[in-house]
Amino acid sequence: MVNMKVNLLGISLDNPVLGASGCFGFGEEMAALYDLNLLGSFSFKGTTLHPRLGNPLPRIAETPSGMLNAIGLQNPGVHEVIATELPKMKGYFHKPVMANVSGFSVEEYVAVCSLLDQQDQVGWLEVNISCPNVKEGGMSFGTSPELAARVTRAVKAVCKKPIIIKLSPNVTDSALIARACEDEGADGFSLINTYVGMRIDLKTRRPVLANRTGGLSGPAVFPLALHLVRQVYKAVKVPIVGMGGIASAQDVLEMMLAGATAVQVGAASLVNPYACRDIIRDLPLVMEEYGITNISDIIGGMKD
Amino acid sequence: MKQQQFTIESNAAIAHQVYELRLSGDAGALATPGQFVNVQVGNAYLRRPLSVAKWDDRGMTLIYKVVGSGTDWLAQQPTGARLDILTGLGTGFDLKKARKHPLLVGGGVGLPPLYQLGIELIKMGCQPRLIMGFASERDVFYQKEFEQLMPVTLMTQDGSAGGKGLVTDASLQAQDSFLYACGPIPMLKALHALPLDGQFSLEERMGCGFGACMGCTIQTAKGPRRVCHEGPVFSKEDLLW
Ligand SMILES: Cc1cc2nc3c(=O)[nH]c(=O)nc-3n(C[C@H](O)[C@H](O)[C@H](O)COP(=O)(O)OP(=O)(O)OC[C@H]3O[C@@H](n4cnc5c(N)ncnc54)[C@H](O)[C@@H]3O)c2cc1C
Ligand SMILES: Cc1cc2nc3c(=O)[nH]c(=O)nc-3n(C[C@H](O)[C@H](O)[C@H](O)COP(=O)(O)O)c2cc1C
Ligand code: FES
Repeated sequence: MVNMKVNLLGISLDNPVLGASGCFGFGEEMAALYDLNLLGSFSFKGTTLHPRLGNPLPRIAETPSGMLNAIGLQNPGVHEVIATELPKMKGYFHKPVMANVSGFSVEEYVAVCSLLDQQDQVGWLEVNISCPNVKEGGMSFGTSPELAARVTRAVKAVCKKPIIIKLSPNVTDSALIARACEDEGADGFSLINTYVGMRIDLKTRRPVLANRTGGLSGPAVFPLALHLVRQVYKAVKVPIVGMGGIASAQDVLEMMLAGATAVQVGAASLVNPYACRDIIRDLPLVMEEYGITNISDIIGGMKD
Repeated sequence: MKQQQFTIESNAAIAHQVYELRLSGDAGALATPGQFVNVQVGNAYLRRPLSVAKWDDRGMTLIYKVVGSGTDWLAQQPTGARLDILTGLGTGFDLKKARKHPLLVGGGVGLPPLYQLGIELIKMGCQPRLIMGFASERDVFYQKEFEQLMPVTLMTQDGSAGGKGLVTDASLQAQDSFLYACGPIPMLKALHALPLDGQFSLEERMGCGFGACMGCTIQTAKGPRRVCHEGPVFSKEDLLW
């Protein structure tokens, strides 16, 4: 018997596999397919203070081994999330959920985080300072160490729950930004958010995405994500939630060897809604194959 | 929604670049005409959304046009090959709105979902008719199949088969009771302007096809709605055209 349990910032997870923000909605559609309680947890759709309709269509473009998205943080706003989505979620998900938060100003991050921090169902706050698909705010907080540190300090001041800062890969030095946030009390990091990319329609010579650019995710980014997780793991002491292109139990183990305590699965869940369930089903076998008894033993265990 | 394996029974060209794909397998997740499936194609990351032309206890039929690499791959798949399909997606046509003489209008590969719709409307005792529009004679498909079900008006833009012009050049009849339309957006917008209540089936680029990614959301009179989940069929009054 293998042990898949990991501890993420004081909360024990049955396994290290979480659904990634933006690819699970608030869980309802997935819960219609299988019991979401077999997940470690999931991170719900990026939530802002006010409702957002998101970007014009098309918002999706295909790429080799992946996809670009330019959703633009469509969400019903934090008040509606608390009034409607979280109560509904009680019906199908009984574990702590990760609350993904976005904002366009420090004040907005503070307002949304402090409201979600008070919700019993929320286990962790994942503060997205790396959304590449919104004009102001979003990623700009994640590309400057000073701004990233300011957001971290401000939300730490108003929240009791663990703050996980979601880092952008669209920077020269992720480790520098991570250290700046760690100095302000960040309890953990999640990475990677998507890489900025573009596709052009040959017939119209226009970008496929109405937003012109979008965020790249899927297997195409897996090696890039592994590399960044390793860099940040080396630079900080706090735990890391690793993601970017994970599609199999083997990928989970690689990501954990690089330094992740837990992982998230995004794009893979969109092409195969059962991806997380399948990965969790396969994980014990693959662990046995590689002689792993306790999955938590391998965190960061890559031999340099 | 269900994830199912289907086996190709036949996959043959029925018009210029248009193929009829007959699949055997469990189509039980489909409930209403106008719903669609999302097909994994071997050479691409995202699935390809396709409407269901008909289904029964043994399987279902899709009709697709080769427009890019995914549909091109599909056209090369032999009989006996297996396809991984998410089936029973979206919200289809509301049959209760049809009344006695529903008018079905389809342009090009917008026609497929209207086939099962016709079958169901006839079962309910309605007397539907169809206007089908294509660019040219070589694009025409399913004329006979539809004619076995209902009166058909064929229009081609170049006049090489049937009447010359767009579907909107074929006139409305006094008895037309409700419109069901699927096809290119300019066609749908022109039909939306007619003095006839109706429902419209839309296409959008999709990430998941089952409501999880918000990749396909449009603004409607009722607020934001996902084409893959609350749609692809929308009622006239909900579309902000
Ligand atoms: C609900 C729905 C029902 C559909 N029903 C049918 C049908 O019955 N028959 C048929 O021939 N076509 C139908 N389409 C369109 C069909 O999905 C596209 O033609 C197909 O995805 C093109 O794939 P490709 O790889 O050949 O083209 P590529 O251009 O190489 O595809 C690249 C990407 O763009 C997407 N894409 C390209 N064109 C469209 C489009 N028109 N709509 C949505 N996504 C697109 C593809 O899915 C893929 O992700 C439907 C679309 C939707 C949304
Ligand atoms: C359609 C889509 C929507 C996303 N929305 C969000 C979001 O709202 N907040 C966020 O922090 N990340 C969002 N992401 C990023 C993912 O959570 C994840 O970081 C990224 O996609 C890499 O993982 P993957 O390759 O497994 O998809 C989104 C990704 C996709 C594909
Ligand atoms: S395509 Fe994902 S929500 Fe519609």
